[in-house]
Amino acid sequence: MLSLALPGTSWAHRLPVGLKFGALAAAMLGLTWLTAPLPLAAALGATAGLYVSLGRRAVAEGARALRPVLWIVAFIASWQVWEGAPLLGLTLGLRICTMVALATFVTLVTPLPDLIALIERLARPLARFGLSPRLPALAVALVLRFIPVLRGRMELLALSWRARSRRRPGPRLIAPLALSLLDDSDHLADALRARGGLAPRPAQPTQGRD
Amino acid sequence: MERNFTLVVLFAALIAVLGLVPPIPLASGVPVSAQSLGVMLAGAVLGSVRGALAVLVVEIIVALGLPVLAGGRGGLGVFAGPTVGFLVGWLPAAFVTGLIVEKLRGLHIGIAAGLGAALGGIVVLYACGTLGLMAVLGKGPVEALMLSLPFVPGDLIKAAIAGWLTATIARYRPGALLSRTR
Repeated sequence: MLSLALPGTSWAHRLPVGLKFGALAAAMLGLTWLTAPLPLAAALGATAGLYVSLGRRAVAEGARALRPVLWIVAFIASWQVWEGAPLLGLTLGLRICTMVALATFVTLVTPLPDLIALIERLARPLARFGLSPRLPALAVALVLRFIPVLRGRMELLALSWRARSRRRPGPRLIAPLALSLLDDSDHLADALRARGGLAPRPAQPTQGRD
Repeated sequence: MERNFTLVVLFAALIAVLGLVPPIPLASGVPVSAQSLGVMLAGAVLGSVRGALAVLVVEIIVALGLPVLAGGRGGLGVFAGPTVGFLVGWLPAAFVTGLIVEKLRGLHIGIAAGLGAALGGIVVLYACGTLGLMAVLGKGPVEALMLSLPFVPGDLIKAAIAGWLTATIARYRPGALLSRTR
């Protein structure tokens, strides 16, 4: 289970995470304002330049992320051409590709620890509602921990199914997977409670001589 | 508190893992992924609020750039693409699925869950998905809806499976069925 972020310390990796997300939001807003194909093509070109500045691996990852979008864009563009509005199809395709490429770029150059720190910062107001601000980050960390566990268990269930039957298991294996997950949940809840639970930490009582 | 939290977290992990199951092509050739089955299940088992919270955790993880969506997709790019409505629509989909299971207490749990999954996971989800397609592609509602119609048969099958799975869970772990307890 790996993050999509590229390893490395390029210029884009070193930018503060808040700046990256702010710039992305501004760029998205700007792109919805642009309606002519020429400025949109320039924006796509500039985005491509961002990728090229990071090297071949970034370009390959960006192309991989764009591929499923390209199918839909090609479909819509050909539809517009058929309807006699090829220019509209072109602007639409350029805008969607630029938006997806820009957002993917931020994902590629922002390491996971930076993002988790961002979540913790954004979750700070939770304390006002009596919830621990660590909750969202803890949830994300636990999900990342349990994805490989559940995946391994699913493979085991499929193997033992194949040992008993020649038919495909289909969705029926989700039932034992879900039941085992409910048992995990009880154990995990006990473990969390044993470590102090989820309530926000009370202010440390000042005791002792110092 | 702790137990509700871990159930939400583990259902989020389940939704993510179901995205890894290779999609099964229907007779029409349209691939059916198991991932939205996980969304229906989260709503039906955890109830409206907690089901939607489990989906929210998945969406945060997608936004963080982890490739947990079916087909190994993830990252902020998904939220900028034309299918964003289907992704964000998972939230109300799980919520409505859970709400129906909570409200129809008199009904057999499997039937209520199947009904909820059909209403939440198909009607509500497609409404959100269609709005997203309309916004990103600038299409009318009819054309946008036509893009997603091929997926309806697969989703109907998933709603039925979600009902059956919820009934199984209700039989073996009745205490975990937060949508019907209390």
